[in-house]
Amino acid sequence: MPEIRNYTLNFGPQHPSAHGVLRLVLEMDGEVIERADPHIGLLHRGTEKLAEYKPYNQSIGYMDRLDYVSMMCNEHGYVRAIEKLLGVEAPERAQYIRTLFDEITRILNHLMWLAAHAIDIGAMSVFLYCFREREDLLDCYEAVSGARMHATYYRPGGVHRDLPDTMPRYEGKSKWHSAREIAQRNSARDGSLLDFIQDFADRFPGHVDEYETLLTDNRIWKQRTVGIGVVSPERALQLGFTGPMLRGSGIEWDLRKKQPYAAYHQVDFDIPVGVNGDCYDRYLVRMEEMRQSNRIIRQCVDWLRANPGPVAIDDHKVVPPKRAEVKENMEALIHHFKLFTEGYCPPPGEVYAAVEAPKGEFGCYIVSDGANKPYRLKVRAPGFPHLAALDEMSRGHMLADVVAIIGTLDIVFGEIDR
Amino acid sequence: MVTHILTRTARVDALAAAIRAHFAESDFELIDAFDELTLDVPAERLLDVARTLRDHDDFRFEQLIDLCGVDYAAYGRSEWETDEASATGFGRGVDRDLRIEADDPRRFGVVVHLLSLAHNHRLRLRVHVGAAAPIVDSLIPVWDSANWFEREAFDLYGILFRGHPDLRRILTDYGFVGHPFRKDFPLSGQVEMRYDPELKRVVYEPVSIEPRVLVPRVIREDSRYVGPGEEARHA
Repeated sequence: MPEIRNYTLNFGPQHPSAHGVLRLVLEMDGEVIERADPHIGLLHRGTEKLAEYKPYNQSIGYMDRLDYVSMMCNEHGYVRAIEKLLGVEAPERAQYIRTLFDEITRILNHLMWLAAHAIDIGAMSVFLYCFREREDLLDCYEAVSGARMHATYYRPGGVHRDLPDTMPRYEGKSKWHSAREIAQRNSARDGSLLDFIQDFADRFPGHVDEYETLLTDNRIWKQRTVGIGVVSPERALQLGFTGPMLRGSGIEWDLRKKQPYAAYHQVDFDIPVGVNGDCYDRYLVRMEEMRQSNRIIRQCVDWLRANPGPVAIDDHKVVPPKRAEVKENMEALIHHFKLFTEGYCPPPGEVYAAVEAPKGEFGCYIVSDGANKPYRLKVRAPGFPHLAALDEMSRGHMLADVVAIIGTLDIVFGEIDR
Repeated sequence: MVTHILTRTARVDALAAAIRAHFAESDFELIDAFDELTLDVPAERLLDVARTLRDHDDFRFEQLIDLCGVDYAAYGRSEWETDEASATGFGRGVDRDLRIEADDPRRFGVVVHLLSLAHNHRLRLRVHVGAAAPIVDSLIPVWDSANWFEREAFDLYGILFRGHPDLRRILTDYGFVGHPFRKDFPLSGQVEMRYDPELKRVVYEPVSIEPRVLVPRVIREDSRYVGPGEEARHA
């Protein structure tokens, strides 16, 4: 009889299924997980400490780099906390633009999650399709902010600028693409950004159907996800789950509905909820969320077309004055100078503001002592408690299921390690 | 610390009333600002208050959303004083000398954010602990999600949690020395790391970069901010 022993397996940090830099120390009994000990912090940059040393506005860019697949939602959480502290509110058009881009971000995030989750479990082609749609959405980011990912677009008091009237186009000559291909790629780019988003929103439900055709009734997909990583509603609450992880366990909780912010109380959408709390239900929840996001996007596009207006408050203690004003108006010049050399000093106090980021509740807790820099910034990343639950979720499962569970957690180390 | 009380929703009022009624005999400070409630409790009462907040029907805080440490050692201090005006200019320059009292009884704060799904309200629970022995009861018996958050607070601030089953460092490197988010820990850190080709291993050395301040930390009380401030309205 061979002697059978428990052994310890090191998983990551260099492993394609580790979603970045997760190091997992797994105690195994044969192929069954006895205990999973995630070692995190390999991407710890001290974002919160850095923010303590910078004026408020200079840390917005750091928020993009937390959860780097749902950039603008992070900015939204931070900017909302500052606005709460200052007691200002962005104009309505800015609120709609934020809603629009939050939902674009949600689709971006869920596409990335779906791509990675599918490829982890062995469905190669979904990965490629998801990236095809992500490209269009990243173009929206670029059109509005100049950057494909790290936008720094939301600012306290509004957004950086209004939506552009033209979309950037692919250049006419290319070594790799024929003229016909380029014309086809440019076909949706003749109008404004809103036209481009409208075109995307018309196409996108069909694309979700494609992914679902590949996965939802797929026998292998179901074998790998049904009944894996089951979390009961009670445990989900105890473990601090939020977002799709909580909804997958059957709890109807969405900050966009329950504690509405931006323009969410004015748009129509539904909250999908799972039943069994397994990986498959969470998959279904996120797929439906993409369709719902698409619905919100359409409503926002319609509203934004009909309602022009300011996209930032007209208070130059917080929002810098326009360039042209700075050239002509002495007071505007002083405001501009003071804002960029010193920033603004919010009143002392502490605030916590949360948004429903694609992964769950993303919150920023700011302690201010009245200075031009936050005294303390704590970023409440949704992925942090989710990953903490990995041990409980994976116990008793096989090694291959750990990969499915990591996939379903939708973790990104930028936000977990901060 | 409370400066402005904004228009409050009825929900916050109801929760504030419930807390005042419930903890009437204990002298907890309830801060009501920015539409949010902060309940300051003494460290020895933390666990039983937490249990009440979770289980009592008036509160039903099923979720611990966040737990973090705060170091109040430099609270309210600015680096840029302009008091010494002279013929040669202002006595300006960033003041980096941070005098921290070694036995400040309220140096650290453990701040807990709670969420009730049943009543849809939030509460911030805060405990102050002293610099000499920063120990507070672990909240894991009440909310399991406290586990990693407490490890993080221990790692970054050196706050100890009594009864925590596995209080290891979580975010910093293996073998890290110090608690990096304390106010007396420099932003640039203490050591830097490089690969030494002769020793054929990674070596740690004291940091070679000088700390610098691009925008000094200033505190303005001259109604520069907008919004709820009375001064701002009169200006």
